[in-house]
Amino acid sequence: MKKRVVITGLGVCAPKGVGISNFLKTLQKGESGIAFHQELAALGFSCQIAGKPEVTPAILEAYFSPLQRKGLSASGIVYGVIAGMDAWADAGLQKAAKEEPDWDSGIVFGAGTLGVDTFREAIHLIDANNTRRLGSTTVIQTMASGISAYLGGILGCGNQVTTNSSACCTGTEGLIMGYERIRSGMASRMLVGSTSDSGPYVWGGFDAMRILPNQYNDNPTLASRPMSDSAAGFVPGSGAGALVLESLDSALKRGVTIYAEVLGGAVNSGGQRGNGSMTAPNSAAVQGCIKAALKNAEVHEKDIDVINGHLTATKKDVDEIRNWSEALQRKGIDFPYINSTKGIVGHCLAASGSIESVATVLQLKEGLVFGNQNCPDIHPEILACIDASKIPQQTIQYQPKIVAKASFGFGDVNACVIFKEYPK
Amino acid sequence: MRNEERFKTLKNIVKIYLPEDVSEEAIEAESNFTSELNINSANLVDIVLDVEDAFHIKIENEDMDQMKTVKDALYIIDQKLLNKA
Repeated sequence: MKKRVVITGLGVCAPKGVGISNFLKTLQKGESGIAFHQELAALGFSCQIAGKPEVTPAILEAYFSPLQRKGLSASGIVYGVIAGMDAWADAGLQKAAKEEPDWDSGIVFGAGTLGVDTFREAIHLIDANNTRRLGSTTVIQTMASGISAYLGGILGCGNQVTTNSSACCTGTEGLIMGYERIRSGMASRMLVGSTSDSGPYVWGGFDAMRILPNQYNDNPTLASRPMSDSAAGFVPGSGAGALVLESLDSALKRGVTIYAEVLGGAVNSGGQRGNGSMTAPNSAAVQGCIKAALKNAEVHEKDIDVINGHLTATKKDVDEIRNWSEALQRKGIDFPYINSTKGIVGHCLAASGSIESVATVLQLKEGLVFGNQNCPDIHPEILACIDASKIPQQTIQYQPKIVAKASFGFGDVNACVIFKEYPK
Repeated sequence: MRNEERFKTLKNIVKIYLPEDVSEEAIEAESNFTSELNINSANLVDIVLDVEDAFHIKIENEDMDQMKTVKDALYIIDQKLLNKA
């Protein structure tokens, strides 16, 4: 028999949102996590603004031992460990005892890049004929699965411990992977999440593609403008989000708070065919993914109350709205509420799916729809499709029953997950 | 540098690599780094790098193979400093 899967823990390390309570405040008030970075200006970047979590030395000391902090330069590990450990504690779970792991708990913690800064240090040493000076942690700080390895050791997880990677789809895809593992009875608890490191060496490639805004360096908080007519490109971000997924049986047995139920989800690819390419999604695949998620979750198109979109603040936002509208066969005033977390934290790349899933689940828990930032001038082609009232400009009180979250990534890959309110 | 001081410097380097359940007082001349102090063998290369920085010497791979105990490390440090002088 298939198991029901619920969410029992949340953790986040986001721009202007380190820790769930800070993140919730930022989302509610619609504050911006985007700031100017002198480091980017000094290197001659066109886009000199970004979203970066503020991790103080005191926070580092609370999560990492002196040995772990020694030579720790992979910001993807820092963000992922903070979010992952927080989610675990939030779910009321303990670290496994010293002698034996928890065989029923696993981890899917995705990453795009993890420790580009560590890689850079290593490259300098190797090019100076000084490979012997790298030390023992270069490998774990630069291997993609360094984050799941780190968390697996800290928490003592004995089920599957792995890292997935599918560009900006990573976090949402990982959530679905963990869901499937519990649903099929192969694990009782899965820590799912994703992380994305910070800095010029992570973001430079995007700056070179001229897909980041360059006219907001003096007004960083106005730069990320999903669904706006004046959207000028996505603002690069970084951080990590994490959720503890658990079988309903296990959650009830432990008597813990249940944030929401995961009803189902789907992943697919547009194969870079049709209007799809390496960098643009095939609309048929996006719609197919949304429809497959609904089918998997056994919900009707009309049941969706709120959508948390991918919506990066590029001209592709218009296509995404059309795809949602066509897939759900709903438009105008009949369309669900829709928002984009990226107006607040920017596009956190591999971490976007998990950070935004945390935001989506918080809406179910708090009975809110978070306001969209920087889109008083909604794109006219979006308004031709859906009613302006469905794009709240401020946070509104509204208890959704069913919400959809989707992410789309380079490589023409898609993921969509459906969450349901769990009656308190 | 006197022997006492060298031991103190080495002890300060080694203590950060100890597992949570091994105290600093456990570090003695006869202590084996991996089997007695329970230091992760991967961290031995980090200890070697820290020793190189602290004593301004270079420790070769073959020296590292001989470095089983605190006493072994102190002997290697002595030899390197002697050769340097």
